[in-house]
Amino acid sequence: MNANLLVEQTLNGFQLGVMLFLMASGLTLVLGIMNFVNLTHGSFYMFGAFFTAALFKLTGSLAVAIPGALLGVAALAAAFEATLFRKLYTRDHLDQVLCTVGLIYFCNEFVRFAWGPSPLRAEVPLFLRGSVQLFFDITYPTLRLAIIMVGLVVAAFLYWLIERTKLGMLIRAGAADRVMVRALGANINFLYTFVFAIGAALAGLAGILSGPIYAVQAGMGDNVLILTLVVIVIGGVGSVKGALIGAVLVGLLDTFGRALLPTSISDLGIYVLMAGILAINPRGLFQIHGAKK
Amino acid sequence: MTESKLTYKRPPRWAACFAAAALLTPAVVVAEEVRIGFISTFTGAQAMLGAELLDGFKLGLAKSDGKLGGQPTTIVTGDDQAKPDIGRQLAEKMISKDKVQIITGVNFTNVLLGMSKPVLDSGTLLVSLNPGPPSLAGKGCNPHFFSVSYQNDGVAEAMGEYFNRKGIKDVYLLAPNYPAGKDLMTGFKRFYKGEIKKEVYTQFEQLDYAAEIASIRAEKPKAVFYFYPGSLGINFLRQYTDAGLKSEIPLYGPSFSLDQTIFAASGDTPLGAYATTFWTESLQNTQNQEFVAAFEKAYGRLPSAYAAQAYDGARLLDAAIKETNGKVDNADLLAQAIKKANFASVRGSFKFNNNNFPIHDYYITRVEKDSKGRTVMKPLEKVLSNHSDAYAKDCLMQAQAAAPK
Amino acid sequence: MSAVFSDPIMSSTLMSRIAGFRPTQRRIAICTFVGFALVPVFAAILGEPFYVRMCTRIMILALAALSLDLILGYGGMVSFGHSAFVGLGAYAVGVLSFHAAGGDYPLSGWLGVFATQSALVAWPIAILASSIAALLIGLVALRTSGLYFLMITLAFAQMLYFFFVSIDLYGGLDGMQMSGPSTLPYLNLGDRNTFFYVVFVILVAAYLFTKRLVASRFGMLIRGAKENEHRLQCIGFNTFPYRLVCFVIAGALAGLAGALLANNEQFVSPADMTWGKSGEFMAMVILGGTCSLVGPIIGAIIYVLLEYWLGNLTTHWQMLFGPALIIAVMFGKRGFIGLISKENT
Repeated sequence: MNANLLVEQTLNGFQLGVMLFLMASGLTLVLGIMNFVNLTHGSFYMFGAFFTAALFKLTGSLAVAIPGALLGVAALAAAFEATLFRKLYTRDHLDQVLCTVGLIYFCNEFVRFAWGPSPLRAEVPLFLRGSVQLFFDITYPTLRLAIIMVGLVVAAFLYWLIERTKLGMLIRAGAADRVMVRALGANINFLYTFVFAIGAALAGLAGILSGPIYAVQAGMGDNVLILTLVVIVIGGVGSVKGALIGAVLVGLLDTFGRALLPTSISDLGIYVLMAGILAINPRGLFQIHGAKK
Repeated sequence: MTESKLTYKRPPRWAACFAAAALLTPAVVVAEEVRIGFISTFTGAQAMLGAELLDGFKLGLAKSDGKLGGQPTTIVTGDDQAKPDIGRQLAEKMISKDKVQIITGVNFTNVLLGMSKPVLDSGTLLVSLNPGPPSLAGKGCNPHFFSVSYQNDGVAEAMGEYFNRKGIKDVYLLAPNYPAGKDLMTGFKRFYKGEIKKEVYTQFEQLDYAAEIASIRAEKPKAVFYFYPGSLGINFLRQYTDAGLKSEIPLYGPSFSLDQTIFAASGDTPLGAYATTFWTESLQNTQNQEFVAAFEKAYGRLPSAYAAQAYDGARLLDAAIKETNGKVDNADLLAQAIKKANFASVRGSFKFNNNNFPIHDYYITRVEKDSKGRTVMKPLEKVLSNHSDAYAKDCLMQAQAAAPK
Repeated sequence: MSAVFSDPIMSSTLMSRIAGFRPTQRRIAICTFVGFALVPVFAAILGEPFYVRMCTRIMILALAALSLDLILGYGGMVSFGHSAFVGLGAYAVGVLSFHAAGGDYPLSGWLGVFATQSALVAWPIAILASSIAALLIGLVALRTSGLYFLMITLAFAQMLYFFFVSIDLYGGLDGMQMSGPSTLPYLNLGDRNTFFYVVFVILVAAYLFTKRLVASRFGMLIRGAKENEHRLQCIGFNTFPYRLVCFVIAGALAGLAGALLANNEQFVSPADMTWGKSGEFMAMVILGGTCSLVGPIIGAIIYVLLEYWLGNLTTHWQMLFGPALIIAVMFGKRGFIGLISKENT
């Protein structure tokens, strides 16, 4: 493998990792703070892409469509949370899994019902099409580069939010010991809804960014969901830092695995990684100490 | 902890009566009526393919006024959800309860294989409108099984032949890691005499090809021959174009990688790629032009090969049932009539081989915009004439003399 | 007697829990089994042999769901990889049948014992295969809990799935057909009624076995570990080996279900071992009622019938099925059994 290929594959790995990070960060917070296994997260990813396509068709402008879609997904998530999910926080994980799976069935079929079974085209602004010339004479698709940058910005934003704000402090506290945070009088309902909406918006953003790369179609969130869960488990539930490291690890391993190994082995790669990490650290890499499971 | 007390509720009596009544209603059977069991994938990621097949089939039926061979026809549809066990259960139900004489419509090879034994053992005819697996073309051939569509390897064999003709020295192969993908590449290698730079199989559900595309860029082959049907194809084309490779390393694929189901969501990305196929919407023969016009009128879009295969299936059954004078319940007689293939196919020349798979022509086409600005496969030249598949010699059935076209 | 059971405090004592049997659950179980036993009779009267095969499939899935309830309901081990054991059992039978058919791939020498259609060899091998897998997976997975356990069982199931997808000899994603049903002396398993009753007997035997198991000291330990593992360890029990054995037993029963499934479908494919299928088994257990053993059987009936009837109704049946599942979980109060039996499970 020559140097150019190495760089290109590393960039690919980062790009996949960034996408997974967007999905995983929201879900790991929801899981850590609310102890809620939200498998519908994949459906928010799907709705992000579909809302954008629909709004673009309506207004013809991505500048309107994208923020609109993000708001739409956040609103949808808040609605789900207030009506259904809130009742599930006290139930055990199994009930949560089944309810959210039922919701996945419904959302997938609803999308198929509303938009038809054929995949949609996601619109890409002209300046993001094609490739750019990078250092060392490397050509790389502009869109993927943009995704990496968006991911870094989001990671920075989340870092600031969680490490440097009061809200972030509540979030970290809630992930470590939710009962105590309630006992201390924090407005837990607002915290829950906020975290949920942010998580869903991030998933929606991942969907919007993926739309141009993968086709926009019903069920697009299901496979991403599995990868996201793997990332969260590797990184440790409740830890955004873990989600970032885990996502990049999975992204790089998956990309290089596909490039270097025959498919029968590379398929297993991330699962072997996850099993290996759990065998050593049964709670993931950056386990939140004191977290009640 | 207080426990809530629930009184013991027996299901109401009327429910039992209702259930019994529902179970006791037998299927109303009209003698000599044609009953077709159409099992395909109508939900899930590939739901559009089931819809496409059914649309084509229904159009074929509409051409003879909703009748096959002059007999009133009912279609019983079922959704296999791309699962072999559901498909088998539906097939059994349709055979024993709905008393269908023919099962057709299946979209996926594994679903077809899952139901083939029970269906064929029961004496019902199984007509494949899409999958053409080698196992049913060779030793596993069966007088009651017909593939109206193709044998999997055919389009790839044609491409291998075309590469030889054009002197393309090396190639990079890509396909999903499942038997149909491997069959196609085997077919290609059977004919192609040049160098294969790399043969890569990706995970079946994988949609992101960044790693593979980077690898292609590094290998610098003269051409890429890839097989990615459905949404896999849409994604691959988009990513390959974005990576800037399309002008440097031309794309070649079987028709499944570059058909109307893919064009609809692909914009300009497929333009300039080459495809081998046994049918294109631009083929100039009377039946095809009639078919394409009717399909556009009925459904507002250009048909894909799936629809054409299904249409041919319906026309074939119409001709065959007419030949049996409506004796649809005699499976052997019907099978013999089908084998004669006495109908005008939208792909031009068509007859059945001894293994009940098609013998037809293969063309090389280029993806271009037609005069109306729609993306189509424009036929360039014929690559293989009256081509029969490589497995027919393993099948012990006899060929049958077919009526000349 | 009924006064004892209608008193909420009495009914929730450890005594009745240890006993395992609740009169109403037993009544339900008997009704269910009698109902099953009469299915071929009714099918013959109505002239609809299709129902026999459908109910055989229900019973096989019920067996798999039953084994899942053992670890999930009683043991609190929520596994997303259970379908892998079923699939492994199915493949064991399928592979043996493939080599028995001879052709291009006969097995020579002592390996020849692996080329067989005989149920007396193939089914125990299926059970053995899935037991060994359960042992190996359990050794790693049971050190974790909660979401981590869920994910690690999923990971192993995915590994097995991709492993079978990559073996071209056994069909890969296309799967492979069985050359015929397994053979038993004196019984023709190719006859659907005979096979139905063989599966029926196995299901009843499995039910009785697991009922005895959960009512025994072993079962008490497992259930105690689900409630509060820490407390048990403080008392002095090493819970790990017990839970591992429970996991293996569940895996073995699932493997048996797989062997029966291969016979019923006459076809094996990796589609039998996806995480989606594991989710289906979970749904069956919940719909029927966890921690009851007869619940999963009822759950399997409900699930398959729902899938069948809703599928006939409309192409968009999943839009109905999803909410139905949600409603069942939200308001079901521990499933069907919870709804109709005298006390909460």
